[in-house]
Amino acid sequence: MSQINRIDGGLIDQEKVLNFTFNGQILKGYEGDTLASALLANNKHLIGRSFKYHRPRGIVTAGSEEPNAIMEIGNGAYKEPNTRATVTQLYNGLEANSQNHKGPLSFDFMAITDFLSPLLGAGFYYKTFMWPKGFWEKFYEPAIRKSAGLGTLSTEADPDTYDKGFRHCDILIIGAGATGLSAALTAANSGAKIILADEDFLMGGRLNSETNEIDGMAGSEWAKKTVAKLGAMENVTLMSDTTVFGAYDHGIYGAIENRASEAREDNDKPRQVNWRIYTKRAILCAGATERLIAFGNNDRPGIMFASAVRTYLNRFAVATGQRISVYTNNDDGWKTAKDLNAKGFRVAAVIDSRSISPVMRVPGAEIYMATDVVDTKGRRALKSIQLSNGKSIDTDTLAVSGGWNPNLHFTCHHRGVPKWNEEIASFVPDSSPPVGMSVAGRAKGTMVLADAIIEGHNQGSCVAADLGYKTSESKPASTPVVSYNISANWGVPSGKNRAWVDFQNDVTAKDIKLANQEGFKSVEHVKRYTTLGMATDQGKTANVLAIGIMAENMGQTMEDTGTTIFRPPYVPVAIGAFAGRRRGMEFYPTRYTPSHNWSTEQNAIFVEVGMWYRSQWFPLPGETHWRQTVDREVRQTRSSVGICDVTTLGKIDIKGEDVSEFLNKVYANAFAKVPVGKTRYGLMLREDGIAMDDGTAARMSENHFVMTTTTANAVSVYRHLQFCHQCLWPDLDVHMISVTEQYAQYAVAGPNSRKLLEKIVDPECDISNEAFPYMAAGEITVCGGTAARLFRISFSGELAYEIAVPTRYGDSLMRVLMEAGEEFNVIPYGTEALGVMRIEKGHAAGPELNGQTSAYDLGMGGMISGKKDFIGYTLGLREELQRDDRMQMVGFKPVNTSDLLLAGSHLLGLRDKATTENDQGWISSCIYSPILGHYLGIGFIKGGHNRKGENVRAVDLVRGNDVEVEICSPHFVDPEGERLRV
Amino acid sequence: MIINHPLLGPRDSEEFVYLGSTDLIDRPTNWEKSAAAEDFHQYQYIRENIAGDIQELWYHEQGDQSWLVVTRSTLTHEISNVELAQDFSRVKGRGK
Repeated sequence: MSQINRIDGGLIDQEKVLNFTFNGQILKGYEGDTLASALLANNKHLIGRSFKYHRPRGIVTAGSEEPNAIMEIGNGAYKEPNTRATVTQLYNGLEANSQNHKGPLSFDFMAITDFLSPLLGAGFYYKTFMWPKGFWEKFYEPAIRKSAGLGTLSTEADPDTYDKGFRHCDILIIGAGATGLSAALTAANSGAKIILADEDFLMGGRLNSETNEIDGMAGSEWAKKTVAKLGAMENVTLMSDTTVFGAYDHGIYGAIENRASEAREDNDKPRQVNWRIYTKRAILCAGATERLIAFGNNDRPGIMFASAVRTYLNRFAVATGQRISVYTNNDDGWKTAKDLNAKGFRVAAVIDSRSISPVMRVPGAEIYMATDVVDTKGRRALKSIQLSNGKSIDTDTLAVSGGWNPNLHFTCHHRGVPKWNEEIASFVPDSSPPVGMSVAGRAKGTMVLADAIIEGHNQGSCVAADLGYKTSESKPASTPVVSYNISANWGVPSGKNRAWVDFQNDVTAKDIKLANQEGFKSVEHVKRYTTLGMATDQGKTANVLAIGIMAENMGQTMEDTGTTIFRPPYVPVAIGAFAGRRRGMEFYPTRYTPSHNWSTEQNAIFVEVGMWYRSQWFPLPGETHWRQTVDREVRQTRSSVGICDVTTLGKIDIKGEDVSEFLNKVYANAFAKVPVGKTRYGLMLREDGIAMDDGTAARMSENHFVMTTTTANAVSVYRHLQFCHQCLWPDLDVHMISVTEQYAQYAVAGPNSRKLLEKIVDPECDISNEAFPYMAAGEITVCGGTAARLFRISFSGELAYEIAVPTRYGDSLMRVLMEAGEEFNVIPYGTEALGVMRIEKGHAAGPELNGQTSAYDLGMGGMISGKKDFIGYTLGLREELQRDDRMQMVGFKPVNTSDLLLAGSHLLGLRDKATTENDQGWISSCIYSPILGHYLGIGFIKGGHNRKGENVRAVDLVRGNDVEVEICSPHFVDPEGERLRV
Repeated sequence: MIINHPLLGPRDSEEFVYLGSTDLIDRPTNWEKSAAAEDFHQYQYIRENIAGDIQELWYHEQGDQSWLVVTRSTLTHEISNVELAQDFSRVKGRGK
């Protein structure tokens, strides 16, 4: 029983058989099929269950608007839920499974909800699960969660590859149907650069589904020839299987291209490409989408759009049934009967709700005018329909047309509001689409094909001419005029039977009525109360019908009822497509310092600091715990010499006649009189008086400073300095450039650091304590002429230097320093030891410069200059920022020196309960000091500066630690700074 | 969005970092006066919430590092003018 519904012909290759499975059953289709057409060829109408009531559902449409036929495709990590079968191109080996049922598709245990439906109306959850209060979290919510959700995720990482791409054009034409192709022809002939995008893998739009004749040939043939002609032009880019999903600012469009077939061959190739298309103009030729009529039990498998029945018949050579009936309120529905007749199928009946004479003769069919379908029968497949005149007709497919809605979505992406057009009983685009966009064809409400073609043709040349391209006179393609008449029909009283409006979210006409009765009058409110139009199809087939029903309920016009706001994306777009290649390690760039390879050779453990990889510590053989390593690195540095890679610090070169004045304005402490050859510590505040960053600035010559910033703020400080210069003081003679990546920089710290450096610094450079004292800075040469910069600054508190060389010498310098230091047992140290030593010295860093602390809080109030205007001066003087009971930075040491102290601990009075009200502060940084032999921390406590000597508790409830600590000065090691100056 | 850089031509807004209103250029200069506290408070915190054209600061971080003054409609995102902040602030009387 293979493909019993398949007939001859169609735009498919019936020579190429493709095997696929549906719920495990092996089926056959042909090249050119969609999954939906292949399922229908195999007479599979029942393809899923509905979301809320688990009603049996069938394929309704033949396009991206499909509400029902959403499936899980593939298996394992490749499984993708909610894939529309109507736009999934069939391939060999495709695995499809239906969603939303427990047990087999034909007998869903959850279908019990359908019988409970009188209880489950609009707002059911809001009304029902209110009481008793405690039940929500424990009972209701888990139960609802379990039964909710469309499809299931693989829960594995997405193994597919996605890419992003960028394209530029003069004119983007959205939609390659008759209108779009006509527009593309005239626009392309002018020489303008054209992109023609269409969501279908076969361009041509409805021409591929209908039997129109254009220029004396079949419409699909004309489309094929036109596409070939356009494809041969150099100025035209064709993008089929590419859905434009959003109109963004300034002529930028988002489009998602499906390349699944290519990706199946090679997993490194993208499954989808997320295109950003930059356009000067866009012509929207997106056509129209058919809509349903709300009648009793209008959701049975076998009830489809009339246009979809024609698509399956003409394009895919599939007859969706043996006894097909048509129910329509417009002329277009009759085409289905005509096409069926032409293929030799007898039509059971044509029912038209309008009080007019039959539009055409349909041999063999019962014709009922001014009649409605009021109910249907057949649980898993349509068996019969009941008419308003009492008749019952046996039928297995009902082709329904409620009219056409222009696909005007993009015209509303910038808040355009559609207008109601009574003549075609539909919303049409308003007069203000996004700048640069024009609309043609059925998307504009031009429903007659002949007119749409002329409109596309004219629009194409018009827009090209507007851009300055020369257009030549040419004739639009000709096609016989077929009129389109419609009389709105939103639905019929269906008594007890439910009439579905939104299939995917199971919203009925009754739900809308109930919402209206309960006071939800705005279309936006009704949407959220009933969930109408909120499913993955975004109500493409439901919304206008719902608005019609609302307007009738409330006795108001369509215009007054209005539409909900249209927002991108037009179709669901995988998150992976927005991420593109930026996943895992490619999420952002990785930055390595010049001596990274050397560190790797030393088996360094690395830590990510922003984008940088920094050495965290350097374990030696036999060291089993990181603390062993870090303790050794600290001891060795403090007793002899250690080297730390500090390349990641922000480095900014600043030159100009006004450079010291500039620094005086951006630093809180005085900078006007820094002597040449000296470095100064600098604290930068934000304008609101809060500490922003700290670092050093060394005066290399009269008009030249070299500034350092913290690693974390390198970019933002540079940006801030540029702001200060360009926006606040544009006439200061200052020029700056970031040299973070131009210099490799190493801290050489410890009592033997000078001795080590003297071995590599060229003899003509005197770095003795007298010639190069604490805070000295200067240009030197090393290793026989290599230019370097030397700064006698110390973060560790030891006699220390930072030496910078051009990046390309970084690796060699590290090796040279290590070799020269052998006699002193030099060691490299990482960021952990760096942290231990800075906390031992009480230097504030990231955890202390947390965006809440003033200079006073940090104990640096004394540094603040009162004699100059600088960023943060005035607002830093605010009373609130200088209060004595603010959280102030101090040191903490355990009273019992064997106690563990943890960063993040909160500070409490000795007998206080651990509650929020009693919280006095926190430990922000904490380490074990191998020098002092116990833990110590720095942190913030209310009024801390005046509480030194007082004991409090450091409590960490998460890790169960509660120890008594003494508030003390944060300067634990060498508080007088004597070691720095030797 | 596309920002038409006065030196570099049209650039994608992804290359820029946004700061805020050009009010930030009007930094008070009366730091020694008693009105300074109030004036700096206004400067730092008080902004008009304009429906229509506003002038705002964008920084071409992934480009030439110039600060730009962009005139943009908050209703439509249409950009009607782009100029160098350096020129703009000089016109506003800023110098050294």
